[in-house]
Amino acid sequence: MNIIEILHLIHEFKEYDENETEIDTVRALDDVTLSIEEGSFVTILGHNGSGKSTLAKHVNALLLPTGGTVLLCGEDTLKTKELWQLRKNAGMVFQNPDNQIIAGIVEEDVAFGPENLGVPTAELEKRVENALERVGMAAFRMNSPNRLSGGQKQRIAIAGMLAMKPKCILMDEPTAMLDPVGRREVIETVHELNRQEGITIVLITHYMEEAVDADRVIVMDGGKLVMDGTPREVFSRVEELRECRMTVPQVTELSWELKKEGVDLPDGILTIGELVEELEKVRRSSVWN
Amino acid sequence: MIRDITIGQYYDTDSVIHRLDPRVKLAFTLIYIVSLFVGHGPWCYAFAFAFLVFVIVLSRVPVKFMVKGLRAMLVILIISALFNLFLVQGEVIFSWWIFRITREGVRMAVMMVVRLVFLVIGSSIMTLTTTPNDLTDGLERSLRFLRVIKVPVHEIAMMMSIALRFIPILIEEVNKIMKAQIARGADFDTGGIIKKAKAMIPLLIPLFVSAFRRASDLALAMEARCYHGGDGRTKLHPLKYGRTDIIAYIILLLYLGGMITMAVLLP
Amino acid sequence: MELTLKNVSYSYNPDAPEPVYAVRDVSLTIRSGDFAALIGHTGSGKSTLIQFMNGLLKPTEGQVLFNGEDIFEKKYPLKTLRQKVGLVFQYPEHQLFEETVLKDICFGPKNMGLSKEEQEERARHAMKLVGLAESYEDKSPFELSGGEKRRVAIAGVLAMKPECLILDEPTAGLDPAGRDDILGTVRALSDEEGIAVVLVSHSMEDVAVYAERLFVMKKGELLYDDTPKAVFRHYKELEQIGLSAPQVTYIAHALREKGFDVSEDAMTVAELKQEILRVLGK
Repeated sequence: MNIIEILHLIHEFKEYDENETEIDTVRALDDVTLSIEEGSFVTILGHNGSGKSTLAKHVNALLLPTGGTVLLCGEDTLKTKELWQLRKNAGMVFQNPDNQIIAGIVEEDVAFGPENLGVPTAELEKRVENALERVGMAAFRMNSPNRLSGGQKQRIAIAGMLAMKPKCILMDEPTAMLDPVGRREVIETVHELNRQEGITIVLITHYMEEAVDADRVIVMDGGKLVMDGTPREVFSRVEELRECRMTVPQVTELSWELKKEGVDLPDGILTIGELVEELEKVRRSSVWN
Repeated sequence: MIRDITIGQYYDTDSVIHRLDPRVKLAFTLIYIVSLFVGHGPWCYAFAFAFLVFVIVLSRVPVKFMVKGLRAMLVILIISALFNLFLVQGEVIFSWWIFRITREGVRMAVMMVVRLVFLVIGSSIMTLTTTPNDLTDGLERSLRFLRVIKVPVHEIAMMMSIALRFIPILIEEVNKIMKAQIARGADFDTGGIIKKAKAMIPLLIPLFVSAFRRASDLALAMEARCYHGGDGRTKLHPLKYGRTDIIAYIILLLYLGGMITMAVLLP
Repeated sequence: MELTLKNVSYSYNPDAPEPVYAVRDVSLTIRSGDFAALIGHTGSGKSTLIQFMNGLLKPTEGQVLFNGEDIFEKKYPLKTLRQKVGLVFQYPEHQLFEETVLKDICFGPKNMGLSKEEQEERARHAMKLVGLAESYEDKSPFELSGGEKRRVAIAGVLAMKPECLILDEPTAGLDPAGRDDILGTVRALSDEEGIAVVLVSHSMEDVAVYAERLFVMKKGELLYDDTPKAVFRHYKELEQIGLSAPQVTYIAHALREKGFDVSEDAMTVAELKQEILRVLGK
């Protein structure tokens, strides 16, 4: 079943000059059609300003379409009256860890979402405990978020989403402001949630390594979807990716460079293990020759 | 570290007073202030003093933290004492040049100082034993009746708790921007008032820009978490009166009753 | 130019019986022409260390010497030092405040007391160095994209004509092409203008390509001060302190384990490519 269904989505916003007169209409999303299957892990890549963040905000109705349709769990965001009720289906984690934590104590922040949904107190208690455990932050329940590391803060933000029991979590560059350790913490956490609980994950990122383990990679450029496929399919198109101001993981780049030099390697190698194995094959065949 | 700054002056320990419902502590502050203005004469103040000592002992907050608040008030204390001492008319007990001290003046001055000291210490008990977040909660619940006259109590309380969370972050931000501008040769320390005020521009504009950016990010994050105002919201820790809270209310009422009785019966 | 940290330490409570150190007994020297990178886990003391370098923070022990002179001596002109040792903080675009890009870049030169013509001349030169076209001069810095804002902020420091430039994670939050643009600019500053560069970075891949020297911090202490090749040989120790080597290094080691005779010192894609082609006899 498709949890997210986007049909011919267009989003435009108007630019004004100092005198409030309209000078330009910018098309941030240009006829995007996309469906995302429940339980999948989808990564969206694209340079700054390619429209990926705008796309994510349409999914949980933080933005509404100028044209086209967005369906979340089968409900049209343009036709739903109580948008906040729709949003509980799709949690959203943002880039800046400091700017999305609302309360001064971890457990109260995690409770913020379900409190808004009117979940009774006894149930709240359970949800908070459970959510913190799932992101490995139970020990920090009574702490002030100000003293946590970036990666820990993002895990608190994820717990805040889990406490609303969403079917899907959208992550808008959640690792952009983190150090490598924090990045790993966050990515491992969401992969675990996806694998063990079947929560649909849509991860927007600039880091190619984070896309390697996804079920599906989507590349955006100029408000359009330009590539869509498995990581292997997408990362085998090195030159096209470079044209969209993206790169590929080093191991993929190296394989691609070697292939250009005439080494017999398959397209889209994603891991070190694969490359080593393939090079062993090449060595064996060259010994035979 | 700057992130550890707590707003207000909460003293972290576990005591009966700390565990009381914030609404009880708000009531205590109010009743205590009223009692200080109801009572007069040494017996009343002795009673108020005894009650204060009782509460301080229960709160387990070291006395030096209680007295801290007085230091800021020192100037006001001295001025009001001097005013009363020299300006109140009555039976003269001491006079030199144009200064005359009267018996009534001495009495008024002592009474004023005692009142102010008790008042400051009494209200600092609330801030010392209640976290700012609890205080906000308590205020929201206690002032809920104001909603009848369209005061947005929930929104104000929400703003207060968000401010509490962001003040340390913004202080850190000020620090960062200041360093960045000093690295570009800015000078925040020397020069007259006008030069100093001008030097603040490179600090304040980035700070406002950042505050607005954070505010709009936060608004989006709150909306994404289904925030839609105070209606229908539940609470992880709803304020609920327990037995000690009831007992505390009874003690408070007994104290106020005692004070009124003494004020009426004693000279 | 020679900037030396001599046995510097920094502690929040220097007088306590057991002080807690953010930086402990670090000595290092940066000379004209250096392109060094400073790496370390968050909280390892990197940001404290770079603030010593232009006198924003005074070490609790030890000395900071610029061309042999102690910068914390009473009469030392710290303001002049801060022109010569430019410091670009993390997310430097957050410090922009003027109405136009040109005015903002002039802020540094203006504080140096230069004439208006000279301020603007320097600002224009700095804009050229970071690759901002003249058409940007009169734009408001607040309406630019993230990457452009960052260039303006870096130009603001360059306009003071520093001899040494310290950049704290200048690529944080940018997309891959934006990251390459900024690092390419920094490389050009080093190659063409001869400015000494200290780059604080979390990306080992970037460090391997750009830096000639690595400072590795571990819990406030300087663990390594060596060439990238030499440092990445310790990739196992680096992992223990929350760091790593570039992916290429791991590929090289994996290949060596399977009997490929590639050099373990290959750090960049180009280097390892040559090595593999050599081994395969192509």
